[in-house]
Amino acid sequence: MTDLWSLFLSAAFVDNMPLTLFLGLCTFLALSKRPESALGLGIAMTGVLGVTVPLNWLIYRGLLAPGAWTWAGMPELDLSYLSLIAFIGVIAATVQLLEMLLDRFFPAVHASFGVFLPLLTVQCAILAGSLFMVDRSYGFSESVVFGLGSGLGFAVAVVMLGAIRGRLAYADLPAGLRGLGIAFILTGLMSLGFASFAQMAMSQ
Amino acid sequence: MAARIDFWATLTDPLLRQNPVTLQILGICSALAVTTSLATALTMSVSLTLVLTLSAVLISLIRRHIPDTIRLIVQIVIVASLVIVIDQILQAYFAEISRALSIYVGLITTNCLVLGRTEAYARHHAPVPAAVDAFGNGLGYSLILLTLGGVRELFGRGQLFGWQAFPLADAGGWFTPLGLMLLAPSAFFLLGGLVWAIRSWRVEQTEALEHVPPARTMTVE
Repeated sequence: MTDLWSLFLSAAFVDNMPLTLFLGLCTFLALSKRPESALGLGIAMTGVLGVTVPLNWLIYRGLLAPGAWTWAGMPELDLSYLSLIAFIGVIAATVQLLEMLLDRFFPAVHASFGVFLPLLTVQCAILAGSLFMVDRSYGFSESVVFGLGSGLGFAVAVVMLGAIRGRLAYADLPAGLRGLGIAFILTGLMSLGFASFAQMAMSQ
Repeated sequence: MAARIDFWATLTDPLLRQNPVTLQILGICSALAVTTSLATALTMSVSLTLVLTLSAVLISLIRRHIPDTIRLIVQIVIVASLVIVIDQILQAYFAEISRALSIYVGLITTNCLVLGRTEAYARHHAPVPAAVDAFGNGLGYSLILLTLGGVRELFGRGQLFGWQAFPLADAGGWFTPLGLMLLAPSAFFLLGGLVWAIRSWRVEQTEALEHVPPARTMTVE
């Protein structure tokens, strides 16, 4: 139990997706101009990561990993090179499915952040979640916790940046720094802050 | 016949005027993650340019046969197949660099740059202009990556491509490496500064003010 909890914390804070691993920065920067849209993106990310990482774990273990076909008499079959295509297919299908379900049962939720869902298909952070899961050979419960934790970390970071940038709309910045430039520098400062979490993890 | 497409402009526009990283905000994730040294930055640039050009040509060839509703899936499958090929080649012949890049080669699949260019350009153009546009964007991306990689390796380790450019203080030289340059925050600061520099030079790229302060009404007595 404590292991899972520490994995959750490290996925959310120490290995924060956008701030320390540079993952999912395109949407991170594009949709953080306002705290409201940032919150929508954060919730969508948490949901999609929490679903796709365990799902891809099942697919990888059941179909692709070396030795997965032993029961069918093919113990040497190693399909792991197909994992990239399989993962992206699962992610695209999940995102589509989530969008349809939300539209059908929770139209209000869909209206507020449904527009972000299709974007998440090509979000590097989501694919990276599945690739890390294979790379670090997590178990099933670990993959659930890892997916939720990294989604939450992304949400925290994007909402914070959204809040800061919302205030900055009224600041008098040099013309060349407006928009993207200052967003990078802010992200760098936040990344410095998050670097202190790594120290905490080491001193434990 | 439609107006001749200006190949030279298509090729050079993405270098500075329409740079994919600093203006279009495409493909930033990998641009920052792999730039701790020039060697990884170069490998990543070459891989991305290859994948981008090949996928643009392939998608442009079958552009009349892709149904609009499933085009994203088709494009992503083509890109993913090419990325798998590159990944396997890197693992076979450049094992060390492949380990340094870890999952970031796989992430070319979801690099917004690749999908952005195929979606915005290759889908509507013949194979040759599509290839030129993709190659130009690949070069623009590589330019930023190599600049960042060069600065970070030079000041972080005093090296260029592993060759000691500045003699280190430990070895009797004068240069003390800046450890921060190899960490995540410096990548953001450098790219932010680069964007600032480019936009101060090319003023037309600056973003419009979101909030215009009300003009102060002066009452003259």
